[in-house]
Order: sequence, then structure tokens, then C-alpha cells
Amino acid sequence: MAAIDQPASGGGPNRFMASPELPAIKALRTAFRLGARVFSVLLLAAGWEMLARSGAVTHFQLPALSEVLERVWSDAVSGDLAINTGLTLYRAMVGFAIAAVGGIILGMAMSRVALARWFFDPIISVGFPMPKIAFLPVVMLWLGVFDVSKITMIVFDAIFPVVAATLIAIQGVERELIWSARNMGANEREMLWQIVLPAALPQIMTGLQVALPLSLIVAVVTEMLMGGYGLGGAMMTASRFANSTGVFAGIVEIAAVGYVLVKAMALVRRRLLIWHQEANQPTTV
Amino acid sequence: MHTKHPDARGKAKRTGARVKALWRYTPLLLLAVAWQLTAYFQLVSSSALPPLSDVIKAWIDLIRDGDLLTNGVSSLYRAGAGLLLSVIVGTLLGISMAWWRPVNMLLAPIVEIFYPLPKSALIPVTVIWLGFGDGSKILLIFLGCMLPVTLGAFNGARSSEQVLVWSARSMGASQLRMLWDVVVPSALPELLNGIRTAIALSFILLVSSELIVAQRGFGYLIGFLGANGTYDAMYAVVFTVAFLGFAADRIYLLLVQRMLLWRQ
Repeated sequence: MAAIDQPASGGGPNRFMASPELPAIKALRTAFRLGARVFSVLLLAAGWEMLARSGAVTHFQLPALSEVLERVWSDAVSGDLAINTGLTLYRAMVGFAIAAVGGIILGMAMSRVALARWFFDPIISVGFPMPKIAFLPVVMLWLGVFDVSKITMIVFDAIFPVVAATLIAIQGVERELIWSARNMGANEREMLWQIVLPAALPQIMTGLQVALPLSLIVAVVTEMLMGGYGLGGAMMTASRFANSTGVFAGIVEIAAVGYVLVKAMALVRRRLLIWHQEANQPTTV
Repeated sequence: MHTKHPDARGKAKRTGARVKALWRYTPLLLLAVAWQLTAYFQLVSSSALPPLSDVIKAWIDLIRDGDLLTNGVSSLYRAGAGLLLSVIVGTLLGISMAWWRPVNMLLAPIVEIFYPLPKSALIPVTVIWLGFGDGSKILLIFLGCMLPVTLGAFNGARSSEQVLVWSARSMGASQLRMLWDVVVPSALPELLNGIRTAIALSFILLVSSELIVAQRGFGYLIGFLGANGTYDAMYAVVFTVAFLGFAADRIYLLLVQRMLLWRQ
């Protein structure tokens, strides 16, 4: 049934039936789309600026966008922005890397070793929906307020989607693929590296794409709660001094970092999965 | 489906399922035992890891005092109000984005910019706007949970089968009628998934905002007990919040299963 609903992509009938589009029209359409995107972002920016200048809200409630951007610029010039962004990214990426490697290994172990599955399955299924941030005071109690505890929190949060995705991915590898590889005499190691992992990669990547923004989120939250340098910490400091321009500048900086990170991850996905039909499809974000 | 099992067989089946469930959750029990033993033999200092039995005692005390209940009620009120708002507004936004092209063109880039923003970064802003009370937390949870709901509704509504839409249109259904009868039902599964993400997010935002600034709520209680050094009580509240988050997810899943079953 499903096969009828969706024509096989990569060479389905759709591709041949679609009427050929003139390059000029295509270019025009792309330009129009880009214009529409830029337009709505500009509209938002203009709305912010006008609302702030109209006097309907106080300067404390909403500083003008131009002022906020000036603050971002001065942060950038003084080097604070580089230090804070670097620290936040360092924590997020180290935590993400540990969660990614650990999560894939744990997921693989769970799918191959019955004992590992028995032990970790309830922990994953109970732990995944829990608000792990509630454990932050406990982690602070054990590990202090510096990098180790921040990175621990990031790993603790980001590992769950990776494990879950890896498990589902490996279970979803087509039986025929495994059977035929085994028939052709592949040994266990070859099976793992040449068949199972590549076939599971798209799903695992999806898990990693969930884990990456999560790492950044937890990095920012832990910085906000524990203080110190970093984008979240800088924002909290501004907030304590009732410096709302600093707070809004922090949001702009964090949004920019998050945007770049998510886009970079989508790019990596397309690169890694270039052989896979899914690489042609746009990702959700 | 409707044949009734004989009573005895049903009972055996139920005990079998119970044993299975028990076996399934044995690892958690083992962890609890390991915790108790570690604390009992003082392998780590008792301020870092109070024995599980002390934590349970502290939990019962907190229930008796009413501390847990009063703080819990104000936390759940914040989470519930923010979540409800985000579901209503997010659904409307997502379906309008899927249904009217200009709306999509206007809003999609803005959604794309705000989607990767860690929503906790909005905590100081909501405080600037609405102060330290309930309002700022509700606004934060509303803003943070809205995007997953919007995206769920959007993806669901967009994927509603073109054939259905065409046939409804050829039968002369009006735009609104079609929205309600064709687009909304087919958007439901993805929308419900988006709401699930939103529920998980609401707990995270709730706890982190209350840990930072609050005079009431679970997060406040955790911070207060931690600052006082009554770690067994702090552990009790932490695990209560974690369990509530887990329970909310499971209850929601059950409701969704019911709902989708009824739909078919």
C-alpha cells in the first residue's frame, strides 16, 4: 500500500513527468523566494525598531534594535563576544561529542547484547522524558560549578535522543540487506562497518540533529544558572545589573550561534548522506 | 476483537504481563538498591548522596507540611497555562501557514530564525517584561512551547493528502468546512507529536526559570532546600519533578492512543 502512495524517489515517475522549467523562470522564482524571506525578517526588525522608538514601551522593556546591534558590535570589538561564544561552543561541542560517541556505542551495545538491553532499556525509556535540568543542583553538589559539571549536564541531556535513534535505526535495517550480506560471507566486523552502520546512518543522524541544539540549550541554561563566562553567563550578568540592552544583545548572539549550528548540522547531514535518497530532501529545520 | 477471554485465562495473562513489567523495571530497582548501599556504607559523603531511605522520609515530611503541594500547584498552574496557550496559538498558526501561502511566506523565515534559539535564553526577557511572578513563567512557557506545536501542525496539515482535498473541493465543500473536516484530522498525528515535544519542553522551561528567579514552585523549592543544605529533601523534590515529567509524557501518550484509536 505504502509503495503505491509514494512513488520511489530518486527516479520515480514524477521526475520524468514534471514539465521542464526554463532556467530564467527558475532563477526568477528563487530570487522571489529569497526576497520574501529577507522581507519578512526586515519587517520584524523594522517593527521592533519602531515599537521601541514609539514610546509605547519603556527603554528598559525594549531597547531599540539599533542599540542592541551596537552593543553586539562593541562586544565583538572588545573581544568579549569571541570569548563567550568560544566558551559556550566549547562546552556544547565537547558535551555533544561525548553524547554522540557514547550514545551510538550504547545504542549498538543495546541492540546486540541482550543483557545491555535489559539493563538500559528502562533507564532510557524513563529517563528520556524526564526534565533532566532538575538534576542540575545535584550535579552542582557533586562536581561544582565549572566546566566539568556543565559538560556533564550536557551529556546527560543529549545522550538520550542519540541512544534512542541508534536503537531504532539498527532495528530498522532491512533484513534482506543483512541476509544477503551474510550469504555473501561477510564476517561480524564487516557486517557492522559496511552494512549495519551505513544503513542506520540516516536515522542516527536524525538523533544527532536533535542532540546538537539540545547541547547548546543546556550549555546556555547551565551557564545562566551557574554563572561565569559564556553567552548565558554574560546575559545573566547583564540581567542582574538591569541592563536590558545587554540582555537583548545576548539573545541576538545566542540566536545567531544556534542558527549557524543547526544549519551546519544540516549541511553535514547532506554531505554524509550524499549517497542516500534522503539527502535530496529538505530537512525540517 | 470483541471476543471475551474466559476469566481464568484473562487472569493468567494479566499476572504474566505483571511479571513481565516487573522484570522489565528490575534494573531501576537495582539502581535504587545500589544507591542505598552506597550511602549506607558511606562510600561517598552523605551530604553528596543521602541514603534513599532518608530521601523517602524527607519526601513524606514535605507532603505532610504541604510544602510540596503548594509549590507543586503553582508550578503546574504555570506549566498548564503556558502549554494551553501554546497549543491553541501554535495550532492556529501552523494550520494557517499550511493553508494560506502568504502567511507561510511571511512567518516561515521568522519561525526558522527562532527555532534554533535556546528558549531558556528568553528567561531574563520575560522577567524584564512581566516581573518575577506567574506571568513571566507563563509567557516563557508559551513562547518556548509554541514553535514545536506550530511546526507539528504545519507539517501535518501540509502533508494532508491532495486527493482528499481535491475530492472534498469537487463535492463543493467550503474552505472552512474543508479545513475542519479534511486538513485538521489529517494534521492530527503530527500535531499531537509536536504537543508531546511541547510538554517535555514546558517542564524544562518551568524548572530552569524557577531555579533562576521565583518565590514559589518546584524550582524555587529545590534551590531553597539546596541552599539550606537539606540535601535529602532537595533530592526528594528533584525526583518528584523528574517523575512528574515522565508521568505527564506517559499519560499524554495513553490519551493520544485512545484518541487516534477512536478516530479510526
